[in-house]
Amino acid sequence: MPMLKVSHITKTFGGLKALDDLSFSVEKGEIYSVIGPNGAGKSTLFNCINSIYTPENGTISYKGEEITNLSSNGVASLGIARTFQNIELFSRLTTMENLMLGRHLHMKTGLLASASMWWRGSKAAQEEIKHREKVEEIIDILDLQAYRDKFVSQLPYGIQKMVELGRALCMEPDLLLLDEPAAGLNNEEREDLIFWIRDIRDEFGITVVMIEHNMQMVVDISDRILVINFGKKLAEGLPEEVINHQEVINAYLGQP
Amino acid sequence: MDMKRDYYEDVQLLHGKTARFWFFLLLITLASLPFIIKGYYVYILSLMAVNVIVALGLNLLVGNTGQISLGHAGFVAIGAYTTAILMISFAVPFIPAMIAGGLIAAFFGFLLGLPALRLEGPYLAIATLAFGLAITTVIGRVGFFGGHMGLSVPAVRFESLGLTRDESVYYVAMITAVLLGIFARNFLKTRPGRAFQAVRDSDIAAAAMGVNVSYYKTLSFAVSAFYAGIAGGLWAILIGFINPGLFSFILSILYLATVVIGGLGTILGSVLGAVVVTFLSLQLENVQTIPGIGQLLEAFSKQFMTLSGLPNIVWVLTGLILILIVLFEPLGLYGIWSRIKTYWKTWPF
Repeated sequence: MPMLKVSHITKTFGGLKALDDLSFSVEKGEIYSVIGPNGAGKSTLFNCINSIYTPENGTISYKGEEITNLSSNGVASLGIARTFQNIELFSRLTTMENLMLGRHLHMKTGLLASASMWWRGSKAAQEEIKHREKVEEIIDILDLQAYRDKFVSQLPYGIQKMVELGRALCMEPDLLLLDEPAAGLNNEEREDLIFWIRDIRDEFGITVVMIEHNMQMVVDISDRILVINFGKKLAEGLPEEVINHQEVINAYLGQP
Repeated sequence: MDMKRDYYEDVQLLHGKTARFWFFLLLITLASLPFIIKGYYVYILSLMAVNVIVALGLNLLVGNTGQISLGHAGFVAIGAYTTAILMISFAVPFIPAMIAGGLIAAFFGFLLGLPALRLEGPYLAIATLAFGLAITTVIGRVGFFGGHMGLSVPAVRFESLGLTRDESVYYVAMITAVLLGIFARNFLKTRPGRAFQAVRDSDIAAAAMGVNVSYYKTLSFAVSAFYAGIAGGLWAILIGFINPGLFSFILSILYLATVVIGGLGTILGSVLGAVVVTFLSLQLENVQTIPGIGQLLEAFSKQFMTLSGLPNIVWVLTGLILILIVLFEPLGLYGIWSRIKTYWKTWPF
């Protein structure tokens, strides 16, 4: 049973077909990249998986269970985490608080328990302590110690991207959707990112689906690549097959 | 240097000796004030406590969840009338009546939170404004609520503790304000408050983290209305007489101004804002008695600033002060406070 199975989904905005009868599936433990020219429908695809949009046709299933009509938070509760193309951090919170929001689904404190947080032994305080320990592991892995109590809006762009990745990891997902994780990073940061994405898959066993424009990186770490253009599947396969595919070259460079 | 060694210190109410010292000094001062000052000033402090409670609740909604309400006077009215009627018609003691007032206001807050899920910004402002106006109109029309004539509220006095009426109301209001302040602070340090702020900063990302955005938006309305309802009950026994005219939409605007002036999204901001705005709105009424300037201002406002010919100098001055604060200190009084604090912490650099 595939981890994620997208079958014949179509999504239109007015007259524009952002996704057109697109199908693919991702196996457990893969690093699966989605590439395509600007406006090809890559982010729309993520938004459909994440239930920010609902496709008009077709179904999306996760571990054999259909998720097409779930709410966004319902999808998250099944173990699907994501990052965003334009950083969507909680800008007026600190790094720690942002990461703690990744633990939201694992925590239980409600209003009454929260109001009664008066001493160390109280339920809310115990839960905060326990989950901060978990968050600290992610902070260690991503080298964010220096930023833990800083407001994220004051952090450099590259660090903000790492905090967003960390926040997704704090959810302990089974499937991680990364929307252009390397955009705007310098060479050194990109090297680190490649290392971490491999680590995420190998150490935590998280399946990664990634949208990325940096071809070097895509070819380096992907197990398989999906190319889409105008919402349609252009090619799918191993990295070396895909980059030598004539239609893919045409789509990127134009036809001679 | 103040180093953290333990995760509990992240969420601890009073971390460190200094914080504990100042907090207990504050509590002792608040507890002993009625023995030092008398009469009208105790009334002013009680009124400040009541407004602090409204501001705390409204700030959770506006500053922390990013919703807006121009109808909070409506929730205060619901709390006040529920408390009054339970005490008059059903002989319920004050404290349970006040809590019931808060809960019923919270229920109405939940109801108003439902359309708020589909409305944002100016549209939400209009919807809540209409709610505030509707509540007072309905109360004014129903004889059971005393109509436009209003209701007189039974006096609350803890005679067994040897307290006068003013002092009894003062202690109830102050203890409630401190408790609700700590509750609000605890919310913001833990899961529910973080979810509020996540919804404010990015609802898409919040949903992707598994935060149920609709639930937390309505919850925030309900909590905010609960605070307003409790404040309404306290206000009712403080002034002893309520009528629909008290809960005008001007009051709603003044509540909103309170949290903006104090500092959006901070507990201390709510407290500072409520204290300053309460003080201003009471003291500016005396401006006309200042020799020379008072008459000049009154004549000015009569001539240029009014439609009805009545002196409205109080509102003109309140408005002016509010504009100046927002203009020169966008973070509100909290911004001034945090700058002073940074200055002393880093002195002499």
